[in-house]
Amino acid sequence: MSNTDNQGDVWEVFIQSKPGLPHKHAGSIHATDKEMALQNARDTYTRRQEGTCLWVVPLNAIVSSMPEDNDSFFDPSDDKIYRHPTHYVMPDGAKHI
Amino acid sequence: MEKKDALINYCLRLGDSSLILGQRMAEWCSNGPILEEDIAMTNLALDLIGQARTMLTYAGEIEGKGRTEDDLAYKREEREYYNTLLSERPNGHFGDTVVRNFLHSAFFYHLYQALKNSSDEMIAAHAAKSIKEVTYHLRHSAEWLVRLGDGTSESHNKVQESLNNLWEFTGDLFEMNEVDELLIKEGIAVDLNSIKKDWDKTVNDVLERATLSRPEDEYMQTGRLDAMHSEYLGHLIAEMQFLQRAYPTAKW
Repeated sequence: MSNTDNQGDVWEVFIQSKPGLPHKHAGSIHATDKEMALQNARDTYTRRQEGTCLWVVPLNAIVSSMPEDNDSFFDPSDDKIYRHPTHYVMPDGAKHI
Repeated sequence: MEKKDALINYCLRLGDSSLILGQRMAEWCSNGPILEEDIAMTNLALDLIGQARTMLTYAGEIEGKGRTEDDLAYKREEREYYNTLLSERPNGHFGDTVVRNFLHSAFFYHLYQALKNSSDEMIAAHAAKSIKEVTYHLRHSAEWLVRLGDGTSESHNKVQESLNNLWEFTGDLFEMNEVDELLIKEGIAVDLNSIKKDWDKTVNDVLERATLSRPEDEYMQTGRLDAMHSEYLGHLIAEMQFLQRAYPTAKW
Protein backbone atom coordinates (compact mmCIF):
# COMPACT_ATOMS: atom_id res chain seq x y z
CA MET A 1 0.00 0.00 0.00
CA SER A 2 1.64 3.20 -1.07
CA ASN A 3 1.02 6.25 1.02
CA THR A 4 1.53 9.88 0.35
CA ASP A 5 3.34 11.02 3.48
CA ASN A 6 6.77 9.88 2.26
CA GLN A 7 7.44 7.55 5.20
CA GLY A 8 7.33 4.41 3.08
CA ASP A 9 4.78 1.61 2.96
CA VAL A 10 3.07 0.14 6.00
CA TRP A 11 4.20 -3.32 7.15
CA GLU A 12 2.58 -5.40 9.88
CA VAL A 13 4.88 -6.89 12.51
CA PHE A 14 4.51 -10.32 14.12
CA ILE A 15 6.68 -11.51 16.99
CA GLN A 16 7.28 -15.03 18.23
CA SER A 17 8.08 -14.77 21.94
CA LYS A 18 9.53 -18.29 22.26
CA PRO A 19 10.42 -21.02 19.76
CA GLY A 20 7.33 -23.13 19.06
CA LEU A 21 4.80 -20.47 20.04
CA PRO A 22 2.73 -18.69 17.38
CA HIS A 23 3.80 -15.33 15.99
CA LYS A 24 1.57 -12.64 17.44
CA HIS A 25 0.72 -9.32 15.89
CA ALA A 26 2.66 -6.56 17.62
CA GLY A 27 1.89 -3.47 15.55
CA SER A 28 2.99 -1.84 12.34
CA ILE A 29 5.92 0.16 10.97
CA HIS A 30 6.86 2.10 7.85
CA ALA A 31 9.60 0.95 5.47
CA THR A 32 10.56 1.16 1.81
CA ASP A 33 12.08 -2.32 1.45
CA LYS A 34 12.19 -5.73 3.16
CA GLU A 35 15.47 -5.20 5.00
CA MET A 36 14.36 -1.80 6.30
CA ALA A 37 11.05 -3.32 7.39
CA LEU A 38 12.84 -6.05 9.32
CA GLN A 39 15.26 -3.60 10.96
CA ASN A 40 12.53 -1.10 11.84
CA ALA A 41 10.45 -3.90 13.34
CA ARG A 42 13.46 -5.07 15.34
CA ASP A 43 14.23 -1.57 16.58
CA THR A 44 10.64 -0.64 17.36
CA TYR A 45 9.28 -3.85 18.89
CA THR A 46 12.05 -6.10 20.21
CA ARG A 47 14.20 -3.84 22.36
CA ARG A 48 13.19 -5.47 25.61
CA GLN A 49 13.69 -9.14 24.80
CA GLU A 50 10.18 -9.56 23.43
CA GLY A 51 11.04 -12.10 20.81
CA THR A 52 13.03 -14.86 19.21
CA CYS A 53 11.67 -14.47 15.68
CA LEU A 54 10.18 -11.64 13.65
CA TRP A 55 7.88 -11.59 10.65
CA VAL A 56 7.12 -8.49 8.65
CA VAL A 57 4.32 -8.54 6.11
CA PRO A 58 3.37 -5.78 3.68
CA LEU A 59 -0.06 -4.51 4.68
CA ASN A 60 -1.36 -4.98 1.13
CA ALA A 61 -0.53 -8.72 1.33
CA ILE A 62 -3.01 -9.18 4.17
CA VAL A 63 -6.59 -10.04 3.26
CA SER A 64 -8.95 -9.00 6.03
CA SER A 65 -12.61 -9.76 6.59
CA MET A 66 -14.84 -6.72 6.72
CA PRO A 67 -17.24 -5.63 9.51
CA GLU A 68 -20.19 -6.35 7.19
CA ASP A 69 -19.02 -9.98 7.00
CA ASN A 70 -19.46 -10.43 10.76
CA ASP A 71 -23.05 -11.65 10.79
CA SER A 72 -22.42 -14.42 8.30
CA PHE A 73 -18.86 -15.25 9.40
CA PHE A 74 -18.99 -15.31 13.17
CA ASP A 75 -22.51 -15.31 14.54
CA PRO A 76 -23.48 -18.86 13.42
CA SER A 77 -21.09 -20.32 16.01
CA ASP A 78 -22.93 -18.59 18.87
CA ASP A 79 -25.33 -21.41 19.75
CA LYS A 80 -23.26 -24.49 18.97
CA ILE A 81 -21.52 -25.21 22.22
CA TYR A 82 -21.06 -28.84 21.14
CA ARG A 83 -18.25 -27.59 18.97
CA HIS A 84 -16.27 -26.98 22.15
CA PRO A 85 -14.78 -30.17 23.58
CA THR A 86 -16.22 -29.49 27.03
CA HIS A 87 -18.57 -32.46 27.26
CA TYR A 88 -15.89 -35.11 27.58
CA VAL A 89 -15.23 -36.66 30.97
CA MET A 90 -11.51 -36.48 31.55
CA PRO A 91 -9.71 -39.32 33.34
CA ASP A 92 -8.20 -38.31 36.67
CA GLY A 93 -4.66 -38.89 35.44
CA ALA A 94 -4.88 -36.31 32.64
CA LYS A 95 -3.56 -32.97 33.79
CA HIS A 96 -3.13 -29.52 32.31
CA ILE A 97 -6.16 -29.79 30.05
CA MET B 1 55.41 3.70 30.57
CA GLU B 2 54.00 1.17 32.97
CA LYS B 3 51.54 -1.49 31.94
CA LYS B 4 48.93 -0.09 34.32
CA ASP B 5 48.99 3.36 32.72
CA ALA B 6 48.92 1.84 29.25
CA LEU B 7 45.91 -0.27 30.16
CA ILE B 8 44.01 2.70 31.60
CA ASN B 9 44.71 4.65 28.43
CA TYR B 10 43.59 1.74 26.26
CA CYS B 11 40.29 1.41 28.15
CA LEU B 12 39.70 5.15 27.85
CA ARG B 13 40.22 4.93 24.08
CA LEU B 14 37.60 2.21 23.80
CA GLY B 15 35.19 3.75 26.28
CA ASP B 16 35.51 7.32 25.02
CA SER B 17 34.95 6.39 21.37
CA SER B 18 31.73 4.60 22.33
CA LEU B 19 30.68 7.43 24.65
CA ILE B 20 31.19 10.21 22.13
CA LEU B 21 29.63 8.34 19.22
CA GLY B 22 26.75 7.43 21.55
CA GLN B 23 26.29 11.07 22.52
CA ARG B 24 26.21 12.01 18.83
CA MET B 25 23.53 9.41 18.17
CA ALA B 26 21.55 10.65 21.19
CA GLU B 27 21.45 14.08 19.53
CA TRP B 28 19.19 12.49 16.88
CA CYS B 29 16.58 11.66 19.52
CA SER B 30 13.33 13.37 18.42
CA ASN B 31 15.06 14.63 15.25
CA GLY B 32 15.03 11.45 13.14
CA PRO B 33 13.70 11.53 9.57
CA ILE B 34 10.84 9.16 10.48
CA LEU B 35 9.71 7.75 13.82
CA GLU B 36 11.16 4.27 13.20
CA GLU B 37 14.60 5.63 12.34
CA ASP B 38 14.47 7.96 15.33
CA ILE B 39 13.94 4.95 17.58
CA ALA B 40 16.65 3.01 15.75
CA MET B 41 19.23 5.74 16.25
CA THR B 42 18.36 6.10 19.91
CA ASN B 43 18.83 2.34 20.25
CA LEU B 44 22.30 2.70 18.76
CA ALA B 45 23.04 5.49 21.24
CA LEU B 46 22.00 3.33 24.19
CA ASP B 47 24.11 0.39 22.99
CA LEU B 48 27.15 2.64 22.66
CA ILE B 49 26.68 4.31 26.04
CA GLY B 50 26.33 0.84 27.58
CA GLN B 51 29.66 -0.13 26.02
CA ALA B 52 31.24 3.06 27.35
CA ARG B 53 30.03 2.33 30.87
CA THR B 54 31.84 -1.01 30.97
CA MET B 55 35.16 0.37 29.80
CA LEU B 56 35.07 3.57 31.87
CA THR B 57 34.18 1.64 35.01
CA TYR B 58 37.09 -0.69 34.33
CA ALA B 59 39.47 2.21 33.69
CA GLY B 60 38.44 3.72 37.03
CA GLU B 61 39.03 0.42 38.83
CA ILE B 62 42.50 -0.03 37.37
CA GLU B 63 43.37 3.54 38.24
CA GLY B 64 42.36 2.85 41.86
CA LYS B 65 41.60 6.43 42.84
CA GLY B 66 37.91 5.90 43.35
CA ARG B 67 36.79 7.49 40.08
CA THR B 68 33.51 6.05 38.80
CA GLU B 69 32.19 5.75 35.25
CA ASP B 70 30.28 8.99 35.81
CA ASP B 71 33.38 10.82 37.06
CA LEU B 72 35.22 9.77 33.93
CA ALA B 73 32.38 10.46 31.53
CA TYR B 74 31.25 13.79 32.95
CA LYS B 75 34.12 15.37 34.84
CA ARG B 76 37.08 15.26 32.49
CA GLU B 77 38.31 18.08 30.29
CA GLU B 78 38.41 18.00 26.51
CA ARG B 79 42.13 17.19 26.35
CA GLU B 80 41.60 14.12 28.54
CA TYR B 81 39.34 12.30 26.06
CA TYR B 82 40.87 9.62 23.85
CA ASN B 83 37.97 9.03 21.46
CA THR B 84 38.52 8.64 17.74
CA LEU B 85 38.31 11.85 15.72
CA LEU B 86 35.69 10.18 13.55
CA SER B 87 33.33 9.63 16.51
CA GLU B 88 33.09 13.34 17.28
CA ARG B 89 32.24 14.46 13.73
CA PRO B 90 28.93 16.34 13.76
CA ASN B 91 25.77 14.54 12.69
CA GLY B 92 25.25 16.80 9.65
CA HIS B 93 22.45 15.51 7.46
CA PHE B 94 21.21 11.94 7.73
CA GLY B 95 23.64 10.76 5.02
CA ASP B 96 26.60 12.24 6.92
CA THR B 97 25.53 10.30 10.01
CA VAL B 98 25.09 7.09 8.01
CA VAL B 99 28.58 7.33 6.49
CA ARG B 100 30.25 8.19 9.80
CA ASN B 101 28.46 5.34 11.57
CA PHE B 102 29.27 2.89 8.82
CA LEU B 103 33.00 3.70 8.80
CA HIS B 104 33.11 3.58 12.61
CA SER B 105 30.96 0.47 13.02
CA ALA B 106 33.18 -1.40 10.56
CA PHE B 107 36.17 -0.38 12.70
CA PHE B 108 34.52 -1.46 15.99
CA TYR B 109 33.37 -4.70 14.37
CA HIS B 110 36.84 -5.83 13.37
CA LEU B 111 38.43 -4.42 16.52
CA TYR B 112 36.09 -6.35 18.80
CA GLN B 113 36.41 -9.51 16.71
CA ALA B 114 40.14 -9.37 17.44
CA LEU B 115 39.79 -8.24 21.07
CA LYS B 116 37.64 -11.28 21.86
CA ASN B 117 41.00 -13.05 22.16
CA SER B 118 42.57 -10.43 24.42
CA SER B 119 44.55 -11.84 27.36
CA ASP B 120 42.78 -9.28 29.55
CA GLU B 121 39.61 -11.09 30.62
CA MET B 122 37.59 -7.93 31.10
CA ILE B 123 38.44 -6.59 27.65
CA ALA B 124 37.82 -9.99 26.04
CA ALA B 125 34.42 -10.25 27.72
CA HIS B 126 33.56 -6.67 26.75
CA ALA B 127 34.47 -7.40 23.13
CA ALA B 128 32.45 -10.62 23.06
CA LYS B 129 29.39 -8.80 24.41
CA SER B 130 29.78 -5.71 22.23
CA ILE B 131 30.31 -7.61 18.98
CA LYS B 132 26.63 -8.58 18.95
CA GLU B 133 25.55 -4.96 19.13
CA VAL B 134 28.15 -3.70 16.70
CA THR B 135 27.23 -6.40 14.16
CA TYR B 136 23.77 -4.86 14.04
CA HIS B 137 25.14 -1.29 13.90
CA LEU B 138 27.23 -2.29 10.91
CA ARG B 139 24.29 -3.95 9.18
CA HIS B 140 22.01 -1.00 9.85
CA SER B 141 24.44 1.62 8.54
CA ALA B 142 25.62 -0.51 5.60
CA GLU B 143 22.07 -1.08 4.38
CA TRP B 144 21.34 2.63 4.60
CA LEU B 145 24.54 3.42 2.76
CA VAL B 146 23.57 1.07 -0.07
CA ARG B 147 20.04 2.47 -0.11
CA LEU B 148 21.28 6.06 -0.38
CA GLY B 149 24.31 5.41 -2.60
CA ASP B 150 22.34 3.25 -5.01
CA GLY B 151 19.23 5.41 -4.67
CA THR B 152 18.46 8.61 -6.55
CA SER B 153 21.17 10.75 -8.12
CA GLU B 154 20.60 13.31 -5.35
CA SER B 155 21.03 10.78 -2.53
CA HIS B 156 24.04 9.26 -4.34
CA ASN B 157 25.76 12.63 -4.68
CA LYS B 158 25.03 13.57 -1.09
CA VAL B 159 26.52 10.44 0.47
CA GLN B 160 29.48 10.48 -1.92
CA GLU B 161 30.19 13.99 -0.64
CA SER B 162 29.78 12.81 2.98
CA LEU B 163 32.25 10.02 2.30
CA ASN B 164 34.75 12.40 0.69
CA ASN B 165 34.48 14.76 3.67
CA LEU B 166 34.82 12.10 6.37
CA TRP B 167 37.57 10.08 4.74
CA GLU B 168 40.43 12.15 6.19
CA PHE B 169 39.36 11.06 9.69
CA THR B 170 39.72 7.34 8.98
CA GLY B 171 43.53 7.30 9.21
CA ASP B 172 43.29 8.26 12.89
CA LEU B 173 41.40 5.03 13.65
CA PHE B 174 44.51 2.97 12.94
CA GLU B 175 47.23 5.14 14.54
CA MET B 176 49.29 3.41 17.23
CA ASN B 177 51.91 4.44 19.80
CA GLU B 178 53.89 3.00 22.73
CA VAL B 179 50.66 2.08 24.54
CA ASP B 180 49.75 -0.30 21.71
CA GLU B 181 53.29 -1.59 21.46
CA LEU B 182 53.41 -2.48 25.17
CA LEU B 183 49.94 -4.01 25.29
CA ILE B 184 50.36 -5.98 22.06
CA LYS B 185 53.38 -7.67 23.66
CA GLU B 186 51.19 -8.60 26.63
CA GLY B 187 48.53 -10.02 24.33
CA ILE B 188 46.03 -7.44 25.58
CA ALA B 189 45.78 -5.10 22.60
CA VAL B 190 45.56 -5.91 18.91
CA ASP B 191 47.77 -4.69 16.10
CA LEU B 192 45.60 -2.21 14.25
CA ASN B 193 47.53 -2.84 11.03
CA SER B 194 46.04 -6.33 10.93
CA ILE B 195 42.53 -4.94 11.44
CA LYS B 196 43.03 -2.38 8.67
CA LYS B 197 42.97 -5.12 6.00
CA ASP B 198 39.65 -6.45 7.26
CA TRP B 199 38.24 -2.94 7.54
CA ASP B 200 39.34 -2.19 3.97
CA LYS B 201 37.56 -5.28 2.71
CA THR B 202 34.31 -4.53 4.53
CA VAL B 203 34.36 -0.90 3.41
CA ASN B 204 35.19 -1.75 -0.20
CA ASP B 205 32.48 -4.41 -0.43
CA VAL B 206 29.76 -2.10 0.84
CA LEU B 207 30.94 0.89 -1.21
CA GLU B 208 30.77 -1.28 -4.30
CA ARG B 209 27.20 -2.35 -3.49
CA ALA B 210 26.39 1.31 -2.87
CA THR B 211 27.95 2.31 -6.22
CA LEU B 212 30.17 4.81 -4.34
CA SER B 213 33.84 5.54 -5.07
CA ARG B 214 36.37 5.05 -2.33
CA PRO B 215 38.28 8.33 -1.80
CA GLU B 216 42.07 8.38 -2.17
CA ASP B 217 44.13 8.24 1.03
CA GLU B 218 45.52 11.74 0.88
CA TYR B 219 45.96 13.98 3.92
CA MET B 220 44.83 12.21 7.08
CA GLN B 221 43.94 14.03 10.32
CA THR B 222 45.44 12.58 13.49
CA GLY B 223 45.18 13.41 17.17
CA ARG B 224 43.34 10.66 19.04
CA LEU B 225 46.50 9.30 20.70
CA ASP B 226 47.40 12.74 22.13
CA ALA B 227 43.81 13.66 23.02
CA MET B 228 43.94 16.39 20.38
CA HIS B 229 40.49 17.11 19.03
CA SER B 230 38.60 19.10 16.47
CA GLU B 231 36.64 22.18 17.53
CA TYR B 232 33.49 20.04 17.73
CA LEU B 233 34.34 18.01 20.83
CA GLY B 234 34.26 20.97 23.24
CA HIS B 235 30.70 21.81 22.26
CA LEU B 236 29.62 18.20 22.53
CA ILE B 237 31.16 17.87 25.98
CA ALA B 238 29.63 21.14 27.18
CA GLU B 239 26.18 19.78 26.44
CA MET B 240 26.92 16.26 27.67
CA GLN B 241 28.39 17.45 30.98
CA PHE B 242 25.97 20.25 31.72
CA LEU B 243 23.95 18.47 34.37
CA GLN B 244 26.93 17.10 36.29
CA ARG B 245 28.70 20.47 36.15
CA ALA B 246 25.66 22.48 37.22
CA TYR B 247 24.50 20.02 39.89
CA PRO B 248 27.59 18.05 40.90
CA THR B 249 25.81 15.90 43.47
CA ALA B 250 22.89 15.00 41.19
CA LYS B 251 22.02 11.31 41.28
CA TRP B 252 19.86 9.15 39.06
